[in-house]
Amino acid sequence: MLLLALDTSGATVTAALHDGTSVIAERAVTNARRHAELLAPAIAAVLDDAGRDRTEITDIVVGVGPGPFTGLRVGVVTARVLGAALGVPVHGVCSLDGIAEDVSGTGDFLVATDARRREVYWAAYHRDADGAPPERRDGPHVSRPAEVPVAGRPVTGRGATLYPDDLGPAGEPFDVRAGALAALAARSLAGSGTAPTPVTLCSSEPMYLRRPDATPPGARKRVLT
Amino acid sequence: MTDAPLVLGIESSCDETGVGVVRGSTLLADAVASSVDEHARFGGVIPEVASRAHLEAMVPTIERACATAGVRLTDVDALAVTSGPGLAGALTVGVAAAKALALALGVPLYGVNHLAAHVAVDILEHGPLPEPSVALLASGGHSSLLFVTDVTADVRPLGQTIDDAAGEAFDKIARLLGLPFPGGPHVDRVAVDGDPAAVAFPRGLTARHDLERHRYDFSFSGLKTAVARWVERAEADGRTIPVADVAASFQEAVVDVLTRKAVAACVEHGAGHLLIGGGVAANSRLRALAEQRCLAAGIRLRVPRPGLCTDNGAMVAALGAQLVARGRPPSALDLVVDSSLPVTTVRVG
Repeated sequence: MLLLALDTSGATVTAALHDGTSVIAERAVTNARRHAELLAPAIAAVLDDAGRDRTEITDIVVGVGPGPFTGLRVGVVTARVLGAALGVPVHGVCSLDGIAEDVSGTGDFLVATDARRREVYWAAYHRDADGAPPERRDGPHVSRPAEVPVAGRPVTGRGATLYPDDLGPAGEPFDVRAGALAALAARSLAGSGTAPTPVTLCSSEPMYLRRPDATPPGARKRVLT
Repeated sequence: MTDAPLVLGIESSCDETGVGVVRGSTLLADAVASSVDEHARFGGVIPEVASRAHLEAMVPTIERACATAGVRLTDVDALAVTSGPGLAGALTVGVAAAKALALALGVPLYGVNHLAAHVAVDILEHGPLPEPSVALLASGGHSSLLFVTDVTADVRPLGQTIDDAAGEAFDKIARLLGLPFPGGPHVDRVAVDGDPAAVAFPRGLTARHDLERHRYDFSFSGLKTAVARWVERAEADGRTIPVADVAASFQEAVVDVLTRKAVAACVEHGAGHLLIGGGVAANSRLRALAEQRCLAAGIRLRVPRPGLCTDNGAMVAALGAQLVARGRPPSALDLVVDSSLPVTTVRVG
C-alpha cells in the first residue's frame, strides 16, 4: 500500500505518504490564500522525500472539510483528478477527524476550526482508552463560537485559539496533518480498527455546511425618478 | 499531423467547465459542462455556484473529452489551463485540476491567458493566424480590442470597456424586456422581427472628444440606462413595449460601436485581418455587420463557429499547442491563479 493523503481545509496545505505501516513523508505549508499554488509542489515533494514514484500510489485520501470553500476545493479536485489519472480509488475523510486523531488523552473533547465570518466548524469526540481511535459523536456543524455546547469539554484546533472567551483555553493540535488523515485511513482500509470502526471513510464530496451566498434579484430598479 | 503534440486544455474562468483536446492545430474534442441553468434565476453568474459546479464537472468532463478524442490520458503530451482573467474561485478549480494531471502524467503544464486563448482558437478552424491581426473579444465578462503580433508572446490591448461588458449589457436589457438569462441569444432572436432604426439609442464613446481619449475603448452603461429610460417612459405613457424594435435598436447600437471601432483599429494599425471571439461573437447581427464593414474596408474577417466563440477548453488547448510548437517554456508547478491577469501576459511563468 502507498497512500497519498492531502488536506486544504484550513490555513495549512498538507500532504503525506503512508506505506501501510507508517507515515513515510509529510509536508505542511501554512498560507491561507495560496492553496492552489502550494499543494501540487507539496505532493511532488513528499514523493521525492520518500523516493517513491507517483505510479506506486494505491489510494488517495483527502480531507473533505468542513473548511473555507475555495481552499477546500483545491484538495478535493486534486484528489479526484489524481485518482482518475492514476486509476486509484479516492477516499474522503472529515478533516476534523484528522485533528481528533492527533489529540492525546481519553474522554470527551471538541475540535473547532476557523469557519470565518465569526463562526467555527466543530465536532464532538470521545476516546475510550489511550491509543484507541477517537469516535465522532456529534457534528460536523458550523456555529457561532458562543453557541458551541462546550459543557466543560476541552477544545482543540484553530477555532479555540481564535475565540478563547467562548472555546479556550485552546489545546493542541491546532491544524490537521495529512499524516494523521493517512494513518486514520490506512487503519480503516486495513479493517484493523477496533469494532465498531470509529471513523468511516466517506466520499470525496466536500462538507460545505453552508449554501452559496446568492439571492434572486428583486424588482427592477427604475431609472426615471 | 500525427506527430504534432497532443495537448489537453482546461477552462474554468466563469460558468463553463471546458476540456478540449487538440493535436497540433487539429481539434479532436471539445467537451463543455455549463452551470448556466443554475445561475438563470439569479440573472447573472454566482461565483460560488459556478465553483461548486466546476468541482463536480471536472473529472467527468476530462473523461468525456478523452473518450470523444479517442485518446487515453497517458497519451497526452502537454497540458494547458486558464490562469486568468476570470472568477478567482472558479479559476482555482481548473488550475488545481491541471496541476494534478501534470503531476499524474509527468507532462509539462502551460498556464495561459483566457483572452489570448479566445484568439488562438480560430487557428483550429481557419488555420494559422496572420500576424499582425486585430482581435475583437466580446463576452459577458470582457469587451476588448487586441493587437496581436504573436499569439504566444505578443498581444497588446488597444482598448476595452470602461464599464459593462457587451454581453453583460445584453443580459441586462434582456431582463428589462422580460427575456431569459443569458440574454444574448434571446435578444438576437426577437430582434430579427424588429426595426434596428426604430429607436436611435446612443453609441458610447464615439463622440469626437471621446475618440481622443478612448479611441478603442467601449462603454455600454449609458446605452443600458437609455434603453431603460425609453422603456419606462413608454410604460408610463401606457404604451405596449415594442420588444422586437427595442431589442433590435439596442443590439444595433452595441454591434455598430463594436464593429466600427474594430475596423478602425485594423485600418489604423495596418492589420489586414480582424478576428472576432467571445460569446457575443455568436450574435448574428454582429457577424453580418462585421462582414459588411470588413468587406468595404478590404479586411479579411475571421469568426470561429459559435461553439468555439463561447468559453471552452479547446481554445486553451489550441493556445497550449501553439506555445509547445513555438518552443515556449512551460509554467512551474506553483503556477498562480490571477483573476485580473493582463492580456499582455499570454503565458504565466
